[in-house]
Amino acid sequence: MALLETRGLTAFYGDFQALFGVDVTVAVGETVAIIGANGAGKSTLLRSISGVLRNDPEACIFDGQPIGALPSSRIMALGVAMVPEGRRLFPSLSVEENLLIGAYGRAGQGYWNLDSIYELFPILRERRRSPGTALSGGQQQMVAIGRALMSNPRILLCDEISLGLAPIVIKDIYAAIPRIKEAGASIVVVEQDVGQALRVADRVYCMMEGRITLDGTPATLSRDAIHDAYFGAAA
Amino acid sequence: MIWLDTLVQGILLGGLYALFAAGLSLIFGIMRLVNLAHGDLIVLAAFLILTIVGTLSLHPFLAAILAAPVMFGLGWALQRFILNRTLGEDILPPLLVTFGLSIAIQNGLLEAFSADSRRLQGGQIETASISLGPISVGILPLMTFLAAIFTILALNHLFYRTRIGRAFRATSDDAVTAGLMGIEPRSIFALTTAIAMLVVTLAALFLGMRANFDPSIGPARLLYAFEAVIIGGLGSLWGTLAGGVIIGVAQTMGAAINPEWQILAGHIAFLLILLVRPRGLFPRAVD
Repeated sequence: MALLETRGLTAFYGDFQALFGVDVTVAVGETVAIIGANGAGKSTLLRSISGVLRNDPEACIFDGQPIGALPSSRIMALGVAMVPEGRRLFPSLSVEENLLIGAYGRAGQGYWNLDSIYELFPILRERRRSPGTALSGGQQQMVAIGRALMSNPRILLCDEISLGLAPIVIKDIYAAIPRIKEAGASIVVVEQDVGQALRVADRVYCMMEGRITLDGTPATLSRDAIHDAYFGAAA
Repeated sequence: MIWLDTLVQGILLGGLYALFAAGLSLIFGIMRLVNLAHGDLIVLAAFLILTIVGTLSLHPFLAAILAAPVMFGLGWALQRFILNRTLGEDILPPLLVTFGLSIAIQNGLLEAFSADSRRLQGGQIETASISLGPISVGILPLMTFLAAIFTILALNHLFYRTRIGRAFRATSDDAVTAGLMGIEPRSIFALTTAIAMLVVTLAALFLGMRANFDPSIGPARLLYAFEAVIIGGLGSLWGTLAGGVIIGVAQTMGAAINPEWQILAGHIAFLLILLVRPRGLFPRAVD
């Protein structure tokens, strides 16, 4: 059974329509990558699922329950955690406080707590008293991921976690994904970096101009098919 | 010696201004809402205490304890049902609505209590004093100052040492991302205004026992509160206390030279500090 499912999801920013009937499913324990160019609607999709953008109740189903119209605080409490684009750490809070606040609405029974997150990203233990925004970009991304994990989510939504980071740092961050999977969460990664996404994902959706243009497993999708779905088929 | 005495009186008066300002600072700090009705809410709380004193024949201190939960609930409802609707990208709606609220409260109080000056009768405590070295200090001003320090300590503890305090600061930083942490910003905002109204009740108690009040004096209290907050630097409660003290000292010093200069001296001190430190004495690093 699908843990998360969107049914004909649409989204608008004022008069501008960003999503045109998106159907996505994520099974329990599955890692799904959503790839696509800038402006394809990937982030809008995650913002709709997490409740930052409201929708019809039935447009988004989590564990059999319609969540499309719920506010983000309620959706989070059900076990949907988000690593937002641009990390969005709280500047008034220290690294450790940023982590602790991740469990504000849902502590959740499970593997993740301060200790296991410091074990996953040891550098954060050293920097735990610093203001979150005093860290390097990669370290801030680790805090943002740790913050989302603190609620022991059933599904983790990662919005462009490689954006603006050096390749070596991206490798470190993505090394955490298998550990997060092992601990039992389903994962959705939104990426512009196709190679990175294909390496971690069980299944891939490709988006263009607010629609799903391709889906499949990394093994079955050819480079050409992805290229066409990403940029539009060559005329 | 008269100057030392004036200085101490000014510092203690600053405690009252800090109490005026702490609630304003709290509301602005958490939700960037400038509450133009803040002074009138202090006067409203003073009339509420006066009513409780009158009907139950209680001492103002006990009446304030009863008034506090009423004001807490009022603040919660005010934020939940009115002010939350005004918050958004545009900064104008909250200003217009709180300005309207200010006028409504003033006229409501005028209808209910007339324009007569009132006072909370504190009995002996109003005139009691203790000797501190060469000078004599009134018990009531001293209590006011200690109440201001206690309020700031309590608020700082709440914000920096508790779980809900983290939620306050996170919401202040970024309400959308706070929502993703399971925090409901609108509930946090309602709680903020409710807590601010507790401070308002305390301010009203000491205002009403120190001097006469009538329905029209709110806006002037708002002005002192603003000046204290701006001098201190937005976001710093200890800075707000320092701002209150600076205005208090300037006013008593001005009055000591010439009674006509009391109010003016406070405003001049405010302008001079703005000239030297446009962001206040203790501005918050991140804004």
